[in-house]
Amino acid sequence: MTAETAKKPGLETLRAAISRLEGHCDRRRTVLPFGVREIDSRLPGGGLALGALHEVAGGGNDALHSAAAGQFCAGIAARTRGKVLWIVTRQDVFAPSLKQVGLSARRTIYVEASSEVDVLACFEEGLRHGGLGAVVAEVSRLSMTASRRLQLAAETSGSLGIAIRRWRRQTDAADFGQPTASVTRWRVSVLPSLPLPVPGVGRSRWLLELIRARAGECADFEVEACDGKGRLSLPAALADRPDQETTWTRRARA
Amino acid sequence: MARVVSLYLPLWPTDRIRKRLGPDAPAPETPLALAGREGRRRVVLSVDLAARKLGLRPGTPIAKAQALYPDLVLMDADPEGDRLGLEKLALWFQHRIAPIVAVDAPDGLVLDTTGADHLHGGELPMLKDMVHRMAGAGFRAKAVVADTWGAAHALARYGRLAIAVVPSDKTTSALADLPVEALRLPSPIIEGLPTLGVSRIGPLAAMPRAPLALRFGPDVARRLDQAFGRMGEAIMPVRPVDPVEVSRNFAEPIGAAETIAKYIGKLVPLLCQGLDERGQGVRRLDLLLHRVDNRTEAIRVATAMPVRDVKRLTRLLCEKIETINPGFGIERMVLIASLAEPMDRRQTVSSLIAEEEADVSDLIDTLANRVGTQALYRFAPVESDLPERSFCRVPALAPEETKDWPEHWPRPTRLLARPEPVQAMAELPDQPPLFFIWRGVRRKVKCADGPERVFGEWWKNDAELTIARDYFRVEDTSGERFWLYRAGDGEHGETGSQGWFLHGIFG
Repeated sequence: MTAETAKKPGLETLRAAISRLEGHCDRRRTVLPFGVREIDSRLPGGGLALGALHEVAGGGNDALHSAAAGQFCAGIAARTRGKVLWIVTRQDVFAPSLKQVGLSARRTIYVEASSEVDVLACFEEGLRHGGLGAVVAEVSRLSMTASRRLQLAAETSGSLGIAIRRWRRQTDAADFGQPTASVTRWRVSVLPSLPLPVPGVGRSRWLLELIRARAGECADFEVEACDGKGRLSLPAALADRPDQETTWTRRARA
Repeated sequence: MARVVSLYLPLWPTDRIRKRLGPDAPAPETPLALAGREGRRRVVLSVDLAARKLGLRPGTPIAKAQALYPDLVLMDADPEGDRLGLEKLALWFQHRIAPIVAVDAPDGLVLDTTGADHLHGGELPMLKDMVHRMAGAGFRAKAVVADTWGAAHALARYGRLAIAVVPSDKTTSALADLPVEALRLPSPIIEGLPTLGVSRIGPLAAMPRAPLALRFGPDVARRLDQAFGRMGEAIMPVRPVDPVEVSRNFAEPIGAAETIAKYIGKLVPLLCQGLDERGQGVRRLDLLLHRVDNRTEAIRVATAMPVRDVKRLTRLLCEKIETINPGFGIERMVLIASLAEPMDRRQTVSSLIAEEEADVSDLIDTLANRVGTQALYRFAPVESDLPERSFCRVPALAPEETKDWPEHWPRPTRLLARPEPVQAMAELPDQPPLFFIWRGVRRKVKCADGPERVFGEWWKNDAELTIARDYFRVEDTSGERFWLYRAGDGEHGETGSQGWFLHGIFG
């Protein structure tokens, strides 16, 4: 609970009453903060809700490979406790890279499902179990019904579920516009890194778009990619801001 | 329809002797024959490949064989040992492949793999795996899967292919050209059939039944019906020595899913009680359902660690109920712990402060029974500089390794299954490309890190002795980051083609 509501006991009792009526087990509903004030303050509860389903998609050209989206999810999973279940249909995760955002290979169990149906079934099974830190699944289609089942499974067990929306053809991307029961929906696009004083590639930067948040508002963030412990950070004030801005808005539109 | 695998071991007795003798065994090119008694005569009972090439056949009197082939090595046959060996092998296959495995004496096994093949990646990979495992142990093997025992048996012995999958609708055509010997008939009938002018199964099946039955008895028609699947043939599975086993007979055959679930719920606690007495837990649990029409349905569940939890085992079994075809009803249910291992008691709380990490082994079992064990894994580091060799898959619950990947170089989130050639322009020998064209899009490189030089592994492959790759991490003007390498060191032609490849994508 944020400091604001703690000051108003009446409001809190009311929230608890509503939550009880909705049938949620209040004890489990906690959040995983990003540790970045600007992002956490835009999310209800002050962080990424545990016991909920979240969706992440790659933006622009990255949608096909969703490399940034994958790294973003790995960073989130790295900050949870316990094993992480990672469900794929086509294995192209390069394990040493997850290590570099703090998600150790010892914690990550992969499931290579042969069909979309199997992915969803394993996803639900993993969420229902409740002993996992996070369940990450790469799905291309997510219907309202399927997402509602997943959301319910996550709610009952308190597990964190992340669906990486990933499609093989650009035409399948339309499915991402359909409403689902997930609590938040993100889009991650790569941004050019900041020029270094020496030759070389700087720390990766992303445009993080919060497209949907239940009981919250949309927001855009420019962040520096996950570090060795999975933490995001906001870049320092940019000297050449206007220049950068034009580059990424052009990319985001593409 | 059932799917039955016949595994044929044509040289089982001689291979077994060679395996047993180890380094003292006669070389593979030395003809080897095994002698034994047939009635009162001493004859050759089995021959290996080299002896068969010489023209020696089982049934030749010993004296004649020795006279004809002076460099022949003769040893005593051990039919009893061969049979026991086959039984052991059957148990081993029962652990590995499917719950219903029987000895198909004298030189093969028969397995009912209905509903078990997906756990091994499909029928063809399963057969390949079986044959390769046997070959690795030094035994020549052939494996055929078909709808019936008879068809699989015939094709494994008389078919041309060492590994074959006979689709359900091809049984008749696959059998038509085989000789009548393939039908598992007693030898007087086999010798009698050519007098009628039939030597192939196809013409024999087309003949009117009544005269055949009058002359040879009911065997011919029975074997034909069994081969073509018109008559059921039960495979009585081998049993491990003294397994924990509980069973239940039904006066009135059952069939409904709820009823099956109810009786699973009654059998599992009994089984767990039996296991508890021995201090064991199950790794493989088979539920055999004997149907009234003399067929046996089987469910197998496997667990990654020994389990003796009633709720968990019941749940695993109940998830598979939908795969059962009860037919006209089930009259007997048998629950067997076909692989049981001692339960080691683990300390559950390791300290007062540290939180116990949740046990996920039950989830692993549930998922493994759905997608197959090999689709569930972790990655473990392998000491190799080549990215595609730097990891391997280990079972999900394998002990945690202590090694880890080095962290000095950034690694891409996605590694392409195989490096894709790109057109690039770069200054030799160690500059990153100025631009490159990948999948038809030209990308101008804004900044780059590298090179990271990686050498071939000459201790694995001679051709890799001189190979080198230079990896660069590059960022294009739109901010996308790629992992490119140049095959070769940029100076010497023998180190590689000097072409550029894209190997990964950074997040």
